[in-house]
Amino acid sequence: MSAEPSAVARSLADVAAEPGVSKPDPILVAADVRKTFGGLRAVDVEALEVQRGAITGLIGPNGAGKTTFFNVLTGFDRPDSGRWTFDGKPMSGMAAHKVARAGMVRTFQLTKALGRMSVLDNMKLAAVDQRGERFLASLVPPLWRPQEQEIEARAEGLLEYFNMIHMRDEFAATLSGGQRKLLEMARALMVEPTMVMLDEPMAGVNPALTQSLLGHVTGLRDEGMTVLFVEHDMDVVMGISDWVVCMAQGQIIAEGTPDAIAQNPEVIDAYLGRRRHHEEERS
Amino acid sequence: MVGGTDVREPCVRPRARERWGRTSRRWDRERDMRLGSRVLVAPIVLALLVLSVAPALAQDADDGEALQGRIADPEREPIAGVEVLVVDEDGVEVGLGVTDDEGEWFVPLPGPGTYTATLLEESLPPDVGLRDPERASLEVDIRTDQQRSVGFALGEERGPGATALSRLPQSLLNGVKFGLLIAMTAIGLSLIFGTTGLINFAHGELVTLGAIVAYFLNAVGPQLPIIAALAIATAFGGLVGAGLERGLWRPLRERRTGLIQMLVISIGLTLVLRHVMLIVFGGASRTYSGYAVQAPIEALGVRVTPRDLTVMVFSVLVLLGVAFLLQRTRLGKAMRAVADNRDLAESSGIDVKHIILVVWVLGGALAALGGVLLGIVENVNYMMGFRLLLLMFAGVILGGLGTAFGAAVGSLVVGIVTEVSTIWLTSELKDVWALLVLILVLLLRPQGILGIKERIG
Amino acid sequence: MDPAAIIANALRAALGPSAAAYALLAIGLNFHFGYTGLLNFGQVGFMLLGAYGVAITVTVFGGSLWLGFAVSLLLAVGLALLLGAPTLRLRADYLAITTIAAAEILRFSFRASPSRDLTGGVFGLSGFAEEFNALNPFTSGIQFGFLAYNQRQLWVLTVGWSLVALAVLLTYLLSRSPWGRALKAIREDEDAARSLGKNVFGYKMQSLVLGGVIGALGGVVFALNLQSVHPDTFLPLLTFYFYTILILGGAATVLGPVVGSVLFWFLMAGMDATLRQAGAAGYMPDWFGADALGAVRFLVVGIGLMLLMIYRPQGIFGDRRELALNVR
Repeated sequence: MSAEPSAVARSLADVAAEPGVSKPDPILVAADVRKTFGGLRAVDVEALEVQRGAITGLIGPNGAGKTTFFNVLTGFDRPDSGRWTFDGKPMSGMAAHKVARAGMVRTFQLTKALGRMSVLDNMKLAAVDQRGERFLASLVPPLWRPQEQEIEARAEGLLEYFNMIHMRDEFAATLSGGQRKLLEMARALMVEPTMVMLDEPMAGVNPALTQSLLGHVTGLRDEGMTVLFVEHDMDVVMGISDWVVCMAQGQIIAEGTPDAIAQNPEVIDAYLGRRRHHEEERS
Repeated sequence: MVGGTDVREPCVRPRARERWGRTSRRWDRERDMRLGSRVLVAPIVLALLVLSVAPALAQDADDGEALQGRIADPEREPIAGVEVLVVDEDGVEVGLGVTDDEGEWFVPLPGPGTYTATLLEESLPPDVGLRDPERASLEVDIRTDQQRSVGFALGEERGPGATALSRLPQSLLNGVKFGLLIAMTAIGLSLIFGTTGLINFAHGELVTLGAIVAYFLNAVGPQLPIIAALAIATAFGGLVGAGLERGLWRPLRERRTGLIQMLVISIGLTLVLRHVMLIVFGGASRTYSGYAVQAPIEALGVRVTPRDLTVMVFSVLVLLGVAFLLQRTRLGKAMRAVADNRDLAESSGIDVKHIILVVWVLGGALAALGGVLLGIVENVNYMMGFRLLLLMFAGVILGGLGTAFGAAVGSLVVGIVTEVSTIWLTSELKDVWALLVLILVLLLRPQGILGIKERIG
Repeated sequence: MDPAAIIANALRAALGPSAAAYALLAIGLNFHFGYTGLLNFGQVGFMLLGAYGVAITVTVFGGSLWLGFAVSLLLAVGLALLLGAPTLRLRADYLAITTIAAAEILRFSFRASPSRDLTGGVFGLSGFAEEFNALNPFTSGIQFGFLAYNQRQLWVLTVGWSLVALAVLLTYLLSRSPWGRALKAIREDEDAARSLGKNVFGYKMQSLVLGGVIGALGGVVFALNLQSVHPDTFLPLLTFYFYTILILGGAATVLGPVVGSVLFWFLMAGMDATLRQAGAAGYMPDWFGADALGAVRFLVVGIGLMLLMIYRPQGIFGDRRELALNVR
């Protein structure tokens, strides 16, 4: 799978392929982020910058600390130490919902569809600054009805874009795994984020849907959004990423363009090596 | 309350009669006989009452129900003008008795039922007060044409300071005794929570069940010695634990029932178990036979009956045994592994289903055993488990981490807090302090409690 | 046996003031458990504060009924804030333990002798309903066939059911608003709600306060009906009555708690009357005395709660579609 090199990809072509390297136009800048679980160092990231408008793939073997790093950056986990800024604003220690409102929206590895709510309600929920979400205002429908209609129109537009409009009134719990991934991505867009963080968006999705998901991810970038995503499947990562970061044992051991990473011996050792080993075992 | 073997324990016993009902008639005769012997002999109660024993006067009054008593100071001199308020089960005032020059008071009652007699402390002379402030209100069941005496034990007004300090060793001992029993029952609660994620609200009823089964074996049916009754009740508790796991919880887990749903189901189970026991056992408090008469041993400023000492030593041995099981045996290690990380344990070849079953057996047996022991040192009633449940929660949360060890330590602290608080504060509120500690811990140190914070995503 | 008398008894209870009070408590719980997924096991604590708020204000401080009302609601708000602050950030079961503990702390403290000047201790308080009774516009009782209420009952149940109607209207408006949508999202998955920018703690707190205040209103109606309050009325078991009512009628539905309460009281009073008649007619064994009669009621509630939660957690009138979803 070889995409046309995007404009961002070209801007990243000259960046040195070394851990913690500075980017020409970073949107997310993190330094010294550490998190331990019972003596085990889950995350130990000295420095990471994420380029604005690029698709950055975050790879690494199981237990490398990718999801924990995600959790820390998005306010779902408290780090032991660390500072990070998003779009120039300091974000360290900020509550998860404020992180989301600031424009940094995540999805989850195990999808979190809101089962006993309709697909449309899942979408509408995600819109920010709803007047009807305030207790007193919610008691006076005329105050929020017009806005609600706008939100509904936008939600339907996104559902159409994601080919899910026919499911709008279904309970989200009835969706298949792949459809939930789609719903979650679409729902994240309702927040109108500047950066989307996808935790294993392709995991457990059938191949046909994978293609459509991939298309949507590149679509996000083409609309000007920054995408940071965790993924296991190397082919997927290499195919769509503008930049790849590799974690192992909590640390960033390598970063670079997909091509550079594919040839990086440390990555092969830490990740591909183990995978190859794993596959040999299986056969 | 030390050796509180009195049916009129006001703190635990609910008063709403139409809901709790009256003692079924079957028990009345038997119970009254025991009540008589108990009030006379139960050693600690005796110690409290020794200065002012209510004379069992068969007053020659008219036929009809009545409450009466004699109030005397610690030197046995009668006190006149002391007021005793008698109210019925709805709290409606029935009469006010005032002591005459003989220190005697008498309140006629409108009919049989449950009444509460309260000594109005403000009517006492300034230099005397109740020996046990908890016993200012006493609840009494009155049958047709019964006239009963109610005793209020008076003593020197307790001051803080030196007296408090001198009471500390005794309170500590009582606290440890109580704490050991909470610990024994709380370990099961903690292990069940650790391995299945379920907070078993019905755990308190397993405690009551053990005590009641032992009661029927010891005092009613085969009249077994208490040791034998204890052993059988413990085994029965284990069996009930297994039955609940196999018959209820495992099928529910296999149906993928959510934890919150299971929590509510355990509440339903609590109601079922408790009220089956109420129907079978009745609403009164009873004691095991054969342990009423014992003189306390005095040493190092504390008094303890051989009975209570035996219970304490036995509890320590049981707890050490459980600790050994968990720390040193394959089975115990497997339990801890399942509690730690169920999936990991399963993938490393541990039969998780079997381990959970064993945990239920162990938890049920320990709860039943704790119930029997609590029944020995205090008394048996159908609400005893529920009171203990909240204290178990406090112990488990205080100890933190959902480990058996934490639960044991936390429970000991809870036991000590409840008992030591009675030095300075009314014993009516002793459970309150333990529950407040629970809430404070949640406020200050939530992360280490009951379980390790899970990773999100 | 007299079936007509049994049905009359059951109907009287189903539409009576207690059913209205319980409906309010279940409506409050519906906000907590039904919409937000909060496991409040101490709803009876809010009920206690509601009842005592009025009783203490009127009898001890000589305040007016309206002041008592306000005190009740303020106390409920205070309890909700106090309980919510430490526990709403933690797992759902911490709230369960904390709330049941708090309700017991309240009961123990209110019945303890040092509080007697304020709460009446074990004797409770009475004589606070005079002002309420004086406002009674009804000049006589009412009789519909075999359904009869006296003048006072009629007044209490009118006020009680009016409050229920208001609470239902509130539920209707809120549950269909974006605010209600946010609550449901938190019930389904609070991390998802958080990741979409919702202030989960804030919503949970609002829900806890709102449900607690409605529960306190239930306590007020309860106290005005009985015209007296006793601490030992407010046992933890009552909270599980409210759960049974809520799940019976359908959690997270607008009318569920009301339907549940009416049905619950109908069944309970009907069962009581049947058992009592059976006892009087000599159909029951000797040992089945007053003790057992009271216990059977709880026993049935317990069995009902278990069966509902296992087989129909969405309530007997719940959405068929939800049944298929393996709801959590």
